Amino acid sequence: MFKKFQPASDVSGQVSVKTSVQRGIRSSILAQWRITPETLEQIWPKKESLTLVKCREHISIYTLHGEPLIFQHFDGPYFPTLRLLHKYPALLPPVTIDRGAIRFLLAGAHMMCPGLTSAGGRLPAAADALPANTPVAIHAEGKEHAAAVGILKLPTEDIKRINKGVGVETVTYLGDDLWKLQTL
Amino acid sequence: MASTEGPAPVEPTPPVDVLYCQVCSFPVEYCEFGSSFTRCKEWLQKTDGALYDRFYSEEALQAKIGTLSLEAQEKLEKDTAKKEAKAEAKAESALKKKMASQVTIKRIERNKRKHVTAILGLENFDVDLKKAAKFFATKFATGASVTKNLQGQDEIVVQGDVSGEIVDMIEDGVGLLKGVPKDNVVEVEEKKKKAGE
Repeated sequence: MFKKFQPASDVSGQVSVKTSVQRGIRSSILAQWRITPETLEQIWPKKESLTLVKCREHISIYTLHGEPLIFQHFDGPYFPTLRLLHKYPALLPPVTIDRGAIRFLLAGAHMMCPGLTSAGGRLPAAADALPANTPVAIHAEGKEHAAAVGILKLPTEDIKRINKGVGVETVTYLGDDLWKLQTL
Repeated sequence: MASTEGPAPVEPTPPVDVLYCQVCSFPVEYCEFGSSFTRCKEWLQKTDGALYDRFYSEEALQAKIGTLSLEAQEKLEKDTAKKEAKAEAKAESALKKKMASQVTIKRIERNKRKHVTAILGLENFDVDLKKAAKFFATKFATGASVTKNLQGQDEIVVQGDVSGEIVDMIEDGVGLLKGVPKDNVVEVEEKKKKAGE
């Protein structure tokens, strides 16, 4: 999503978010991510107000004091920026890809099922199976920090079963234009 | 009545402090996938010897080879070396272009008596155009603005004929014009005819 993103040309406007909308975002985040209200308070204090940065292709980035925290496409699920995810790794459920897939991930490719089901990859156990369209943190085999944020295209059980085609769509990855943006 | 305390207040989880490589901005363990691996390794060795050993000592490297077969690992190494060389070449050519780029100062005739001065090419030298335009406007007490010319480049347009003064300012390196080397300045005179004449 952020392969080619130039703040100078792709940002169409910055507005403050209405408090009613902010409350809505806060409750959606508490519902969608694995986060406690206290930790959310630490990332985004109740008194502080987010700034909405509208970008091309209906991408909205919410920033706090210039630092991008959350973004969404259309009205889809909220994703944390990769930098935020590094600070709070438990935000999203992890999936792991094997080593050979890392360089493709860092070039922006989507993750195919075999990368997740092979020896180096890891998916949540059947007890924690995740449905499609869940935001996940994409970890790499042998690495401590997440390499990308993605969204499941198939439920984890189907990924294990079918093992063909796209498993996780890469939304933002290490080194993309959103990563390079430290303030907006 | 039962105690109304409920679960004890949960402590917020503290943020993890990630060491980002100063060279490639990735977390240190991903430097091998960036385009400046050798420089990253040097930097890490200087900054944090313990972490360097953790990632690049002999056993660590052995363990990393992990699940890839030998030929896949070799291919991976060749590809990353190629990518690194390409990135270095690109950075070098960008630097050379920057050195060769010029700042063009155009004096354009508006009416018989009046002129405007257009300055192209300052952005190659990391000058903030908006601030520079404001600076010129206050200095010369005229209007100045940043516009896009027909080629799509950004230029600063200052009302009046101030080309001589601008050349002097660049030579002296006044204010924000600090980075501009004065041999890269070119002066041009243009007679702009209005379209449809």
